[in-house]
Amino acid sequence: MLILLRAVIGRDLRLAMRRQADIVAAAFFFIIVVSLFPLGVGPEPDQLRRMAPGVLWVAALLATMLSLPRLFADDHRDGTLEQLALAPQPLALIVLGKVIAHWLVAGLPLVVLAPVLGIQFDLSQDALAVLTVSLLIGTPALSGIGAIGAALTLGVRGGGVLLSLLVLPLYIPVLIFGAGAVDATVSGLGPQAHLSLLGALALGGVFFAPWPTAAALRVALE
Amino acid sequence: MTDRVINWFKYASPQTFYPLAGKLIPWFWALAALFGIAGLVIGFLIAPTDAQQGEGYRIIFLHVPASWMSMFLYLVMAFWAGIGLAFNIRLSGMMASALAPTGALFAFLSLWTGALWGKPMWGTWWVWDARLTSELILLFLYIGFIALQAAIDDPRRADKAGAILALVGVVNIPIIYFSVKWWNTLHQGASVSLTKAPSMAAMMLWGMLLCALGCWMYSIAVGLMRVRAIMLERERHTDWVRELLAGKE
Repeated sequence: MLILLRAVIGRDLRLAMRRQADIVAAAFFFIIVVSLFPLGVGPEPDQLRRMAPGVLWVAALLATMLSLPRLFADDHRDGTLEQLALAPQPLALIVLGKVIAHWLVAGLPLVVLAPVLGIQFDLSQDALAVLTVSLLIGTPALSGIGAIGAALTLGVRGGGVLLSLLVLPLYIPVLIFGAGAVDATVSGLGPQAHLSLLGALALGGVFFAPWPTAAALRVALE
Repeated sequence: MTDRVINWFKYASPQTFYPLAGKLIPWFWALAALFGIAGLVIGFLIAPTDAQQGEGYRIIFLHVPASWMSMFLYLVMAFWAGIGLAFNIRLSGMMASALAPTGALFAFLSLWTGALWGKPMWGTWWVWDARLTSELILLFLYIGFIALQAAIDDPRRADKAGAILALVGVVNIPIIYFSVKWWNTLHQGASVSLTKAPSMAAMMLWGMLLCALGCWMYSIAVGLMRVRAIMLERERHTDWVRELLAGKE
């Protein structure tokens, strides 16, 4: 099982590395969206500090959305997905591998970039640390839940817009607890409760999402 | 025993369900009108004026039933979607897609009447209260379901994809509800409280329940009408639809 998982992750990572422009584009999208907010609402540090958790988390959501359509689309186009579905190994496990690879490619860069962008918003050291940890815990859930939407909209007209329509409402709990953890740190409550709930969401999301995703892929392949 | 089983499955095929639905629709319309009129008469003429909210509270007779129906219909929709997915019954998928617009309508109505109610009572159209927010998200879920089904041309695939989405949504609804609730209690104090007075005049309760029944019957009637239309559209290549249409002309 682990061999299969490692093989799928390794393959997806290798494919992603051959097209690094995609990863860089998503990372820059994140940076640009975050940088737009101070320009839109004005540079007062107090206001920015209050907005920072929400802005960074919403931008992370959108950046994840941007890379989701590619999760299955390329494999679908060249027929690899059909071969994967025909394989004797459970499709859900293969999906899990792809979700992990997607997180490594799309989620992890956001985690790394977030503290730097947080400095732009004048966040304190503690808040920066919690922001990074919350993104580290929360982004796997985004990849997992997003995979369901990506599989459902596979090969569908106007897939990109539809994908955000389906997935963004489901992201709301992650957003609430992720941004809430940073908020709670700033206001002195401590992030423990939020981070625990976020961890629960991430574990639940990554564990359960591969099944509906696999079912949706089979529907798409019919 | 065996007769019953056969009877149940008999109506699982569009061909036999179509005339049955046609026979049932007038009854449900009649019941909807009956309950609706009774509820509104009680609501507007008999129920006493509220001590604190005056006459404005009477929007409750539409608002609360609409909210109930919007939540209930999502469950029913997901139930049919799940049945359709598990047993591969065409009619179930059609039922699910027939109910979605009605559910979305009720979610919208509930938000709309809530805003109209909120303005005179709280002085604002909208607050980021837990219930309002989760109702809004429910509307988003309905829209997502309808949009997904509309984007897929093959009806079988649309049914299955929609079913998966509806089931994922059902699992998520409690999570979303509680997360919004906690978010709300952490963010803002009880500047606006939605909790109603615990005791409600009996007449108000009756009016509300009758209106809720009216909305329920309306949903069934409209759902059946829509499912009939969907059946004709999807089964237009079959003999029974051709015979039916030929007979009508």
